[in-house]
Amino acid sequence: MAEAAPAPGAATEGADRPLRVDGLTKRFGGITAVDGATFSVDGGSLTGLIGPNGAGKSTTFDLITGVQQPDAGAVYFGDHEITGLRTHEIARQGLVRTFQITRELPEMTVLENVMLAPHGQRGERLWQSVLPGLRGKVVEEERALRERAWETLEFFELDHLADEHAGTLSGGQRKLLEMARVLMTDPSVVLLDEPMAGVNPTLQEELMARLHELRAEGLTFLLVEHDMDVIMSHCEHVIVMHQGRVLAEGEPAEIADDERVIDAYLGG
Amino acid sequence: MSVADATDRLRDVFDGNDVRLVVGVFLGIYVTFIAVSVLLGFDLNGTVNTLRRITFLAAAYALLSLALNLQWGYAGLFNIGVAGFMAVAVYTTAILAGAPTASPPGLGLPLWAAAIGGMVAAAIVGAVAALPALRLKADYLAIVTLALGEIIRISVLSRTFASFSVAGLQLGTGGGQGISIPDNPVRGLYYLDPSNPTAGTTPFGSAAFAFFDTLTVPFFSGTGVNQTVVVGWTYALVLLVFVGLFYVLLRRIGNSPFGRVLKAIREDELAAQSLGKNTRAFKIQVFTLGCALMGLAAILWQGSQGYTSPGEYLPIQTFYVFIALIVGGAGSNTGSVIGGAVFAAFLFEGPNFVKRLVGHLFDLGTAPNTIVDAVVPIASLEIGPFLTYVIGNIEILRPVFLGVVLIYLMQRRPDGLLGHRKEIAAAVDLSKRGETDG
Amino acid sequence: MDYRVEPATIARFVRERPFGALVVVLALVLLFDLVAGLLTGDIATATVATYLWDGAVVGVIVGLAGIGLSMTYAILNFANFSHGDMITSGAFAGWVAAFLVAGVGRIDVGRLVILGGRNGINAGTLGTSVTNTPLAILVGFVVAIVLTIALALLIDRLVYRPMRDQGAIALLIASIGVALALRYLIAFVFQSGLRPVTATDQIPRVTVPIGTGGINVDAHEVTIVVVSLLLMAGVHLLLQRTKLGTAMRAMADNEDLALITGIPTERVVRATWIVGGGLTGAAGFLVVLERGTIFFQLGWILLLLIFAAVILGGIGSIYGAMAGGLVIGVTSRLSLVWIPADFGTAAAFVIMILVLLFRPTGLFRGVTTA
Repeated sequence: MAEAAPAPGAATEGADRPLRVDGLTKRFGGITAVDGATFSVDGGSLTGLIGPNGAGKSTTFDLITGVQQPDAGAVYFGDHEITGLRTHEIARQGLVRTFQITRELPEMTVLENVMLAPHGQRGERLWQSVLPGLRGKVVEEERALRERAWETLEFFELDHLADEHAGTLSGGQRKLLEMARVLMTDPSVVLLDEPMAGVNPTLQEELMARLHELRAEGLTFLLVEHDMDVIMSHCEHVIVMHQGRVLAEGEPAEIADDERVIDAYLGG
Repeated sequence: MSVADATDRLRDVFDGNDVRLVVGVFLGIYVTFIAVSVLLGFDLNGTVNTLRRITFLAAAYALLSLALNLQWGYAGLFNIGVAGFMAVAVYTTAILAGAPTASPPGLGLPLWAAAIGGMVAAAIVGAVAALPALRLKADYLAIVTLALGEIIRISVLSRTFASFSVAGLQLGTGGGQGISIPDNPVRGLYYLDPSNPTAGTTPFGSAAFAFFDTLTVPFFSGTGVNQTVVVGWTYALVLLVFVGLFYVLLRRIGNSPFGRVLKAIREDELAAQSLGKNTRAFKIQVFTLGCALMGLAAILWQGSQGYTSPGEYLPIQTFYVFIALIVGGAGSNTGSVIGGAVFAAFLFEGPNFVKRLVGHLFDLGTAPNTIVDAVVPIASLEIGPFLTYVIGNIEILRPVFLGVVLIYLMQRRPDGLLGHRKEIAAAVDLSKRGETDG
Repeated sequence: MDYRVEPATIARFVRERPFGALVVVLALVLLFDLVAGLLTGDIATATVATYLWDGAVVGVIVGLAGIGLSMTYAILNFANFSHGDMITSGAFAGWVAAFLVAGVGRIDVGRLVILGGRNGINAGTLGTSVTNTPLAILVGFVVAIVLTIALALLIDRLVYRPMRDQGAIALLIASIGVALALRYLIAFVFQSGLRPVTATDQIPRVTVPIGTGGINVDAHEVTIVVVSLLLMAGVHLLLQRTKLGTAMRAMADNEDLALITGIPTERVVRATWIVGGGLTGAAGFLVVLERGTIFFQLGWILLLLIFAAVILGGIGSIYGAMAGGLVIGVTSRLSLVWIPADFGTAAAFVIMILVLLFRPTGLFRGVTTA
């Protein structure tokens, strides 16, 4: 459960390492998907999380974001513990993620999808949206939001699809939509689960450039990717998971040479 | 106020195209039933009464469909206990407003207070049910709400609650006999004493009755429209006003960030949660509000009948509302109104009128008592008795017809008439980007 | 097995499963109250015993009907709201056959075929009962089973098969449509109103003495219990000893397998409707045998109770459905000790709601499912 008092030495800890997991464990029946995973992510970094299939990466994301509850271990966000909080509470605090199999809302338009994202919209409160006097302010906010949404869509080159149902988008476009949506929430830490799959290389480069820009503004990214080029050329720190545990971590070059990592990928 | 402002404001209230659609549907229904009335040889009064009846039912089902659309069409909450919540509202109103001297006795509150009490009761029951139940999968929620609806009906039917006392007050539901509901206030417009028409009419009433008494309309036989029909039509118009109010309310809810979150919850609750939305809170609010609206719809509907009993709140009533909603298109408010109207006019009342038409136009003789008597003559190529049997039992065949309609809809047109439409959930027009507005 | 219960184990049970602990406490309180009532003479032993017997008879029928529902729920993945009306269909089909066999030659066929129409047939004249007209009862029973199977297969072909790829909710709604259509077709043919069906005064009965009174047991009740148990044993053998049964168990038990293989093969689907439909028809016939009367809403009003039994037992668990049926049957009768008669079924519903809310996998999940 989240505690009010920060962990010891947390003040600097929180700023330097906005996301930290400690001994995370999750069992499903007889299988231990995550087995005492421990790592931390530096603030403002673009950190990669790699590992062969079944290493437990997506489950770790689930545990961090409250989609699943760990059987043991803890998750720290900034200076406090967030283990056991519910998904929406964690998202509200600024820790968000995208999904490996995209969860675009297929019957809603692209624009609706993006406008859904920001937290604390005045109009999300029932009476604000309904009562005559109050609705005016909601409309104002919506206008501003609409503008922001258009800008975001333009950046991600999805603006020509603004009115399309999200379900009609191609795979790569859906990945972009998820990323656009998640960035609209003004997060501080973003977990990206294979965000580049199906995205054309030019746009990939643009996106990575944008991620670097956002990093400079203080966002932290934890990136799961199978495309090793992306990981190697953009991440300054890489964590390798294998069979639910952290196998190795370090700079991309170190990891590429690490015997254990090579074995893990070859041996599986 | 800029043009963009004005169009956004107007958009909140209605969409021009949609209004035309609804009006068109109603006109189509009226034309059909005028034709039917003429064929049936109804005079002016009879025709006007027919239209009244259709309008009343259409409005009632439109109200219920709109409320259910909020829960199911928008938020994806599969509530088949609608009849139960209706019962809570109507019975609470009846008990609160019933005279202490009546049997069963009530609290004697004024009608408006009792009606609010009824809505609140329905909302409370909805909230209490929602708290634990809304995290269930849709089919489990369906079973729970059905069971809840039945528990409510069993309770108002039971002898235990037919008469009971609480805090020294003697109250009751009337059990299987039912309970009476105070006269509807519309009668107060016309009669000095709503419960006793012979006591005299109000000035407005006198004038109105005088006008309608001598009214003749070219092409229709007979003169004048009866008092009861005039009063009844007024009530139907009141109901239509409420349909408009419900529509505006629900349109506002739908066209807003709140409505956007509801749609997201319906499609993928986890995605909504991952974006920081407290989906549970949204679902509870929607469920509670929906139940309150269903309660109000039921009060308006049953309120005009002066009396209600447990038999009005069987599960089949819930299914009828679902059919109306599905016909119109779940997810679309305009669809709910049109679905309610089409259901009431053609699917529900249709069979009755077919029966009367056939009976009027053809001489079928008396219906055979049993199906055996109806079917045996077919062997000698006489289908008359069978047709007469069918017509005579058309009310029993109506649910068969509705069941088949439901199956057909689910197989071929699950979107109903308007469900495929993109009703965008936003408080501003998303097709226009911000222009030069203030 | 170590039967000692350590205090530590109890403490852990309470902490981990607070709702389960609450239920156990409540059950113990009620049991204590019941025993106390029996000892002080407030409640006659005979009354309680009657409740238990009546409950068991009802429960065994509900369980039988529940097996079919549980199977379609698990294998075809939707809640079949027309299940109750399938019961009614089987009942009517079977009893028409029984009437024909019992009354042919004596009473006009036209009246027999519609179970006497609105006025019914004086059941005393017809004399249908297990001992009087065993052949009629047997024929009726078989016809009920066969016809319900045929009906189930037909409906699957017309309604559900074209919708196999649609979601559970669409199928559920379609099944509501089927329910309405079936129920009122039956009403169209047979008319509404209760119809007497067995010659109740001609059924041999026995009073088993208990305490100061006794339990009334009649031949029909005994027949029902025996037949139901035999049928359940038959289903057990089918599921455990045949290849088809193994396939069905696999599909019902293992959700992951079902997900991987996608929609179940048509053969398993057909078998589900056949076995389920047959049991449903049998249940319908037996219900009417127990009640002595028949009417078109018969199955519909049982539907929620059957859902309750299936949910209690765990969807997909055949044994669970049987056990759940017994629990529901006994609850609806035994609850009369504490609450007024009006609320017997409501009590069963409340239990079902609580189970769905707190232990949706059912009370008996974890026990090897059939």
